[in-house]
Amino acid sequence: MTITILGRPTGGPASLPIYSFRVPAGFPSPAADHLERHISLDELFGLRAPHVYLVQVDGDSMQGAGIFSGDLLIVDRSNEAEHGDIVIAAINAEPVCKRLHRRNGVVILQSENPAYPPRHIMEGDDLVIWGVVRYSVRDHAQ
Amino acid sequence: MTWSSGVWSATACAIMPSDQVFALIDCNSFYASCERVFRPDLAKTPIVVLSNNDGCVIARSYDAKPYVKMGEPYFQAKEKLRRHGIVAFSSNYALYGDMSERVMSLIEAMVPASEVYSIDECFADLTGVTGDLTQLGRDIRAKVLRCTGIPVGVGIARTKTLSKLANHTAKRLQQVTGGVVDITRPFERDWVLRNTEVKEVWGIGRKMTVHLESMGIKTAMDLARADPRMLRDKFSVVVEKTARELAGTPCLELDEPDPPKQEICCSRMFGKRLSEVTPIKQAVATYAGRAAEKLRAQGSVCKRIRVSIRTGMFNPNELHHAKGALVELPYPTNDTLLLTRAATEAVARIFEAGYRYSKAEVLLLDLRQPGEFTDDLFAASQPAASDRLMSTLDQINGRYGRGTVTAGSVPRTPDWGMRREMMSQSYTTRIDQLWKVSSR
Repeated sequence: MTITILGRPTGGPASLPIYSFRVPAGFPSPAADHLERHISLDELFGLRAPHVYLVQVDGDSMQGAGIFSGDLLIVDRSNEAEHGDIVIAAINAEPVCKRLHRRNGVVILQSENPAYPPRHIMEGDDLVIWGVVRYSVRDHAQ
Repeated sequence: MTWSSGVWSATACAIMPSDQVFALIDCNSFYASCERVFRPDLAKTPIVVLSNNDGCVIARSYDAKPYVKMGEPYFQAKEKLRRHGIVAFSSNYALYGDMSERVMSLIEAMVPASEVYSIDECFADLTGVTGDLTQLGRDIRAKVLRCTGIPVGVGIARTKTLSKLANHTAKRLQQVTGGVVDITRPFERDWVLRNTEVKEVWGIGRKMTVHLESMGIKTAMDLARADPRMLRDKFSVVVEKTARELAGTPCLELDEPDPPKQEICCSRMFGKRLSEVTPIKQAVATYAGRAAEKLRAQGSVCKRIRVSIRTGMFNPNELHHAKGALVELPYPTNDTLLLTRAATEAVARIFEAGYRYSKAEVLLLDLRQPGEFTDDLFAASQPAASDRLMSTLDQINGRYGRGTVTAGSVPRTPDWGMRREMMSQSYTTRIDQLWKVSSR
């Protein structure tokens, strides 16, 4: 049996690969030198980042963008929303998920479903952009 | 210059070149701010947060402060809250803890070194940072607000105690300061010292304030100018250091370790009065499990455990009664199962029928580090199997949430559990309680 010193474990959330097989006493595994980190959806979505939040959507107005009722949204709060982003916003204190149109001083919250008219933001409306939707997750078994 | 094993060394405060810079960053009305993050409809509604069992007010948003006092009992304040349209929440520590972690890790990434001081404040060491410190403070503020929705205040100064004071000023004069105050230069520092009452200084309590004021020490400036030796003789070396820190000499460093606790306590009120022995045993088993977790978290073992139960002590229409028992354990241990058994057996001994119990307490005593005591040749020690079981238990609960695996005597949803009737969802920590946003 051989022992490899991996070095001191470092602090922080870095995940080390886990050996899913036992170290063989006879022939060493030919895969041992090609060990890579596990695939992590947390990492892909940045779920552990302090500015990322999970939100559940309720309603069908964003169907055209591929967001259906019950889907989970991965929302990023680290950047200012830009024209064309799908956002979580509070319009007059009511939280909604819409596409943000912002051009030439015109701000509109647009749906991606012809059944829902665009919502123009007027003088006196109170609009707060909460975050930008980066990914959505759907359960296809439902 | 460190503060080791909890003892202030009297000579540690030599004259230091004060090129050090500290910041204190703290969240404004933290609990109330957390509740507002996922409730945009409450952005302009005053909020209070209640203690465990919805007992009394422990946090207030700014707009609730004029109407409600800290610590006011909820049942007394209820009517007043309703009248002023103030919304009350039960404390949601899962939410506050998660939001706190987010805030702290954002700050950590923006400063050379930081030390989380409490759930809603942290110190940062900005020594050697070049450029505009006020602007750095504004950047921290803006980033934390954008990424979490939590407003923070920043105080910057040459010592930790002064940075607390700067932070206090930032908050007090929010309109003028924009929530950031830098008093690294003597001019601003002296202004703040002159314009702050001594009772606002970090670590100066109410009793000491009275004493200091009677000696003519009324402002922070008076304390900074007081004779340090006199302060040490009359009060303590802690007060002396506070004064030196106010005068600009750093005596406190980042991350001064707390010594391990000498005893660990878990005590809570029941959600309702209990007069049977079984639910009391369950509650005590629950508290023993929590205390054992804390014990293992600091890497200690204990040799004795004290369990006590009592009735309400203030209601004149109830019989008052309290009783406790001390149990000697067979060997120094941190085994949840052994501690739970000892604690519940103690309840069986001290329980008397005919009373309506309201509270139980589990106290772990005679704490030590595993290597600290020497086993005599024949003394029993905790079996290695227990060590392995406990470390597995902690790993599972660390990964899947507290209480995933417990002793069998701990019920899942006890009816004596904490009253939290107005609790918000665990928006960020429970997949079944996520924030629902409409797309209609």
